[in-house]
Amino acid sequence: MKHLSVNHLLGIKNLTEEDINLIFNIADSFKEVLSRPIKKVPTLRDVTIANLFFESSTRTRVSFELAEKRLSSDIINFSTSYSSLKKGESLIDTANNILAMKVDMIVLRHPNPGACSFLSKHVDAAIINAGDGSHEHPTQALLDAYSIKEKLGNIEGKNILIVGDVKHSRVALSNIFCMQKLGANVRVCGPSTLMPRFLNNLGVEVSHDLLDSLRWCDVANILRIQLERQERQFFPSNREYAMLFGINKEILSKVDKDIILMHPGPINRGVEVTSDVIDSSQSIVLNQVENGVAIRMAVLYLLAAKIKRS
Amino acid sequence: MSDKSKIILNSIELDLTINRLSFELIENHKDFKNSVIIGLQPRGLGLSKKIHSIIESNIQNNIPIGVLDATFFRDDFRRREDVIIPNKTDIKFSLEGVDVILIDDVLFTGRSIRSALDALISFGRPSSIELLVLIDRRFSRELPIQPTYIGRSIDVIDNEYVLVDIDNVNNNVVLKNKQL
Repeated sequence: MKHLSVNHLLGIKNLTEEDINLIFNIADSFKEVLSRPIKKVPTLRDVTIANLFFESSTRTRVSFELAEKRLSSDIINFSTSYSSLKKGESLIDTANNILAMKVDMIVLRHPNPGACSFLSKHVDAAIINAGDGSHEHPTQALLDAYSIKEKLGNIEGKNILIVGDVKHSRVALSNIFCMQKLGANVRVCGPSTLMPRFLNNLGVEVSHDLLDSLRWCDVANILRIQLERQERQFFPSNREYAMLFGINKEILSKVDKDIILMHPGPINRGVEVTSDVIDSSQSIVLNQVENGVAIRMAVLYLLAAKIKRS
Repeated sequence: MSDKSKIILNSIELDLTINRLSFELIENHKDFKNSVIIGLQPRGLGLSKKIHSIIESNIQNNIPIGVLDATFFRDDFRRREDVIIPNKTDIKFSLEGVDVILIDDVLFTGRSIRSALDALISFGRPSSIELLVLIDRRFSRELPIQPTYIGRSIDVIDNEYVLVDIDNVNNNVVLKNKQL
């Protein structure tokens, strides 16, 4: 019998390949649960989970909330718009106040990289990173890898391309770690202003030639241009970005194979990808969303199994 | 500790018992028009397949068969050292209004069956649920659950366990000592 090697999900970097495969194994079962007429199991009925979202989120928050409800846990939703954070309360104080209400797990989204790691050292609850600044977004990478595995059967040896705003993307870093741990080759492609330094140290190939990269890959994960994180101009205009790095029918017609297209959402249609492409049969965007709930149920299940009963 | 084992059902007796259980089901369910068979993971699977094939060859009718894993409905989550890894569930039909025959190899405390009953309801509201077990460990129930069809009732003390070996070469049921 197995357990996860970690007590918190702070990032993919801390997981082993066995951990990832264990999560996939459990997610398979939850995916079946989600196809039943009654999609709810009582497994976490004695677990209370706080969703602390210090940054806006739609699909991740909804996906976590649905996963928690499907597992019958009690949940508290908390976001900055109506919290005491606006009144100057610190992160630890906020979390400890919530923990005083007997919360077992915290799902945290925060604008600062490292916020989840920091919280895990100071509060007595299992922490799940739902995105910390431009650092990691582990459940997104897990659901991406799971969706690729479901489509291709295996990830090992596959060529995975990450296109776009790598510099500001937590999805990119978690994806790089996850795909590499599962044996894939990873290449990133985008304008040099949106490439972080030291990417080569991660064993990732960096390219600025979109057509060549699309011809190389089996799967292209298209990142969103994160305009809200760009404190200065990294490219002249959305139009110019779309011309050089946007994925459209025309460029795909020059690639003589059907590559799989992914996007973590929300999509800037017409910028990083055109509507006709992302809505085509090559796209697995909706599979990603569906698999997200099963993956998050698996993560919650495995971390809850490690919480000692009081 | 010595590994003393006692054969409860040898290969011939096991086949006879499974045949008898199959014909009891045919007696009660007639043409199986509204009946389905569900094997409980992990060890009810082999028995359910065997019974299903005997019944189908006798009534010349297709009977829906599924396999259920009740891990997520168990009452011992976070009470064990290990995390429980579920087996596959595969029920491709609705259980709404049908007569379900739930099959497992050994009935002991009744807790697995309790969780299976809850899990079954996720697939619809059956008209009825019957329980068939090959071995009933009498006087060891922790919940008020009784089987409808029993292969053999036995008395087992705490440091013994029942091993049903249907899928492998032995094809028997053995009572073994737990290795202490």
